[in-house]
Amino acid sequence: MLSKLQARAFFLGGTIVTFGIFLGLSWNSLSNEVPKRTHEENLSPQVIHGKEIWESNNCMGCHTILGEGAYYAPELTKVYDRRGEGYIKAALMSKTPWSPRGRQMVAYAMTEQDANDVVAFLKWIGEVDLNGFPPKPQYKK
Amino acid sequence: MKYKSQKVAYWFFALSMLLLSLQIVYGFIMAFAHMGYDVLHPVIAFNTARAVHTNLLVVWLLSGFMGAAYYIIPEEAEHELVNVKLAYIQLITLALVGVVAIIGYHFNYWEGRKFLEIPRPLDWLVVVNVLTFLGLILVTLFKGKKRTTTALVLSMGLFFAALLYLPGMIWFDNQTMDSFFRWWVVHLWVEGVWELIMGGILAFLLIKITGVDREVIEKWLYVIVGLTFISGILGTGHHYYYIGVGKVWLIVGGIFSAMEPLAFLGMALFAISMYRKGEKKHPNKIALNWTLGTAIVSFVGAGLLGLAHTLPQVNMYTHGTLVTAMHGHLAFWGAYAMIVLAIISYALPNLTGRKLFDTTTGLLAFWLSNIGMIGMTVAFGVAGVAQVYLERMVGLEFGDVQKEIEVHFFILICCATMFTTGIVCYIIEFLKYGQPTDEALEA
Repeated sequence: MLSKLQARAFFLGGTIVTFGIFLGLSWNSLSNEVPKRTHEENLSPQVIHGKEIWESNNCMGCHTILGEGAYYAPELTKVYDRRGEGYIKAALMSKTPWSPRGRQMVAYAMTEQDANDVVAFLKWIGEVDLNGFPPKPQYKK
Repeated sequence: MKYKSQKVAYWFFALSMLLLSLQIVYGFIMAFAHMGYDVLHPVIAFNTARAVHTNLLVVWLLSGFMGAAYYIIPEEAEHELVNVKLAYIQLITLALVGVVAIIGYHFNYWEGRKFLEIPRPLDWLVVVNVLTFLGLILVTLFKGKKRTTTALVLSMGLFFAALLYLPGMIWFDNQTMDSFFRWWVVHLWVEGVWELIMGGILAFLLIKITGVDREVIEKWLYVIVGLTFISGILGTGHHYYYIGVGKVWLIVGGIFSAMEPLAFLGMALFAISMYRKGEKKHPNKIALNWTLGTAIVSFVGAGLLGLAHTLPQVNMYTHGTLVTAMHGHLAFWGAYAMIVLAIISYALPNLTGRKLFDTTTGLLAFWLSNIGMIGMTVAFGVAGVAQVYLERMVGLEFGDVQKEIEVHFFILICCATMFTTGIVCYIIEFLKYGQPTDEALEA
């Protein structure tokens, strides 16, 4: 039967080995995959400012992006393709809560420049290679 | 043998109770919004309620873990806490940082990164606070007569939880990098080091309640935390499927995260078999309920419901839908909320000298909260599956789908009311115990 010492060796050994593999895989992803898949060369100051606005208003508190966030408002990774620039800017610059299907969005009343930066951020994120996410609806007519 | 400095644990538990109550209030705000009654929108918009709900959860669990450590470490190390005054200062500053953060969320003062919304300046205060806590625990352990495996596993869990907070404080321009390292905090906490904390507390409770030999319990503790790390570390990959990193994570994340339930299964079998093996039957039935309950519900909520959507083929469709909320609720409740409620139920009679071991209110608290939470999980599950089908398979608009599933949130609110009644019973019991006394600890 397993002794306490063997159990400890299993714990320490298992942890060290899997953590080593995890660090190796992470290193590979971050140095080789991310720059290409996210088109890092397109991360302009405008896109970065868009991300700052995105974070400082906690957009993830209602929406998802890359499928991460809250489930109260639409997933926005591909919103640039789906809705286009004009629609997004209208939602961001609206002085009254944007509520296309009843649910209300906070009225941010953004300046045109800020809205353009958020659009640039959303356009950039729409071009990231996400292994096929979000899926294409199979039964859509 | 009890130690007077263990009293500080009581106040951490009291803070937990207060924050848990507030967390539930914000949960109701969100449930009503999902049902179509977003009446508080101008004052508390959904994103505020959401940030408050999840952050209160994190803070009350951490406060509970800290209270557990302040209770367990002196007893395990056979040494009074080295500096009780500092522990009280740490408690007050923890509460202050929490309150400032939560008020800030109502005034757009946050950073919108799911679960880690606390702004960076406050992050540094959290770091100082947690370092103070760790210092107190580790010095007490170092000066103590004994260094038991239970105490070591618990301290190791707390130490790595603190260390892993740091990757969440780095700024990245690239959303993919941001997300990648955010999971180092969130995933490696809840599916890694927090399980060490849970395992440590569970082992302590089983030693005390069942009377089974410490050597046997601690041997299996090593096996369980070993399984946790072997599956959980590479299981982080299940968050990397669709965020802009390579396909290798689909394989690695899929295989290892599918093994994650093993650790929780181990925990459940461990608790039940130790209970059956134990000859001494501790009179504290309520603590026994919560102890066995946490082991079993965590297996269902964190283990099985996680497995239900962890494979990439499934997750492609469920990622970013209410299915995640279904798993999240029962997982956090079973694994972490219940372990905190278990240690509180065990510690309170010893701290206060009142032996409310088998009261109706105490049992009602256990059953109502658990049945209520299972009901909520089912409601989230039904809404989630309907959402996945209509939105991701049929291709209906998000807003139209949400209208279709509003009715499930009515059921959710009914179950949440039951859950809340259970928690109210728990808090009534907590208040009935009164404050800790030196006489109780000397007895």
